[in-house]
Amino acid sequence: MASLKELRARIGSIKSTRKITSAMKMVAAAKLRRAQASAEAARPYAAAMRRMLGELAGATKGEEGGPLLLSGTGRDQVHLLVPLTSDRGLCGGFNANVHRLTELTIRRLQSEGKTVKLLPVGRRAINYFAREYSDLIIDKVMGFSGKEVPFSVASDLGDKINALLEAGEIDVCTLVYNQFRNAMTQVPACQQLVPLVMDEAQGHAATPADADAAQYEFEPDEAALLAMLLPKNLQVQIYASLLETAAGENGARMTAMDNATRNAGRSIDSLSKVYNRTRQTNITNELIEIISGAQAV
Amino acid sequence: MPVQVEIISPEKVLVSREVEMAVLPGMEGDIAAMPDRAPMMLLLRGGVVSLHENGVVTDRFFVGGGFADITATRCTILADRAEPVSEISIDNATAALEALTEAWDKADKTDMSRLDVLQDKILAVRAEIEAGSTHA
Repeated sequence: MASLKELRARIGSIKSTRKITSAMKMVAAAKLRRAQASAEAARPYAAAMRRMLGELAGATKGEEGGPLLLSGTGRDQVHLLVPLTSDRGLCGGFNANVHRLTELTIRRLQSEGKTVKLLPVGRRAINYFAREYSDLIIDKVMGFSGKEVPFSVASDLGDKINALLEAGEIDVCTLVYNQFRNAMTQVPACQQLVPLVMDEAQGHAATPADADAAQYEFEPDEAALLAMLLPKNLQVQIYASLLETAAGENGARMTAMDNATRNAGRSIDSLSKVYNRTRQTNITNELIEIISGAQAV
Repeated sequence: MPVQVEIISPEKVLVSREVEMAVLPGMEGDIAAMPDRAPMMLLLRGGVVSLHENGVVTDRFFVGGGFADITATRCTILADRAEPVSEISIDNATAALEALTEAWDKADKTDMSRLDVLQDKILAVRAEIEAGSTHA
């Protein structure tokens, strides 16, 4: 049995841990609200982009040799995986989920005889994959430890992927990231960026009001517009995933820290019980000694 | 009947309101979005979007390139970056222009696609400075 002094020290240290975890929970909650707001604010741009893209893709349909971003290189040999994680830990299984899904995908692709390349985003992913798959990493991007996700991170990343594609170094590009469901749940998922997966239903459903409108005019021509729009669309998709990652990170951290705070409370309770019982036993023992001493006299 | 104008940057919606006419800086010349205009998709150069109400310009926004989707009743502008002309920082823009000019001097003069991109950027920043200084 531990001595009273030891117990006191342990209770004290768990109490200060609880203070830290509950503070981290509050901070994560505040950041989550902000991250959700910016994800909300970015949605109209993405929606308008999808509408225009659907219209343009419809207009250029059937033309041979479309842009690489839309139709891909026509091969399916070299895959680029882009895992998105946070820079900091202490957010439960948030980053580990992305790592696991990425690893599974790497193994699956390799067993099919494909070449896999990695472009990890966020310090967690960089460190993790540098250990086991350092030969696959072709580039890495630090995350965004600041408060808000700047669009420039997404546009730089998009340009990088585009350059790799044009240089013929990759055929397919897939993002691996946590989709944000709510503060409690984030679902790791793969999203293929190149070649672009066009949701037929989406393309058409997005323009019901314009369905009877006259044919669009394009200035400059369709192909030139499409060539400008596609890289932008890539950046927007990456930006949306980055925002979801930022929101998910804070949601996951909030949940993890809530659990940690509750666990700390529980172990303080049980330690306090042991402490009080020990104290009482000590007093009883002392009393017995005094009384039996007095009786002996 | 007015046109519903929306100026959207990747981060947020800047404007969403009804105006009589919006003049957009198209890549191949300025284009006005008015009610009942034939639907059109437009590539934008860096320049100023001006909103007209009751025959006068009520608001001016700088857009640094992007796209516009014009239909009979609305005009959606997807700007790479956008800000009200009154908030343009000439110092920042001048610094950006210097950086771009330097990049232009260093750039490989045979790589036309790269030069095109740089030139568009330089023109956009010049337009920004011009817009900012006419306001001040």
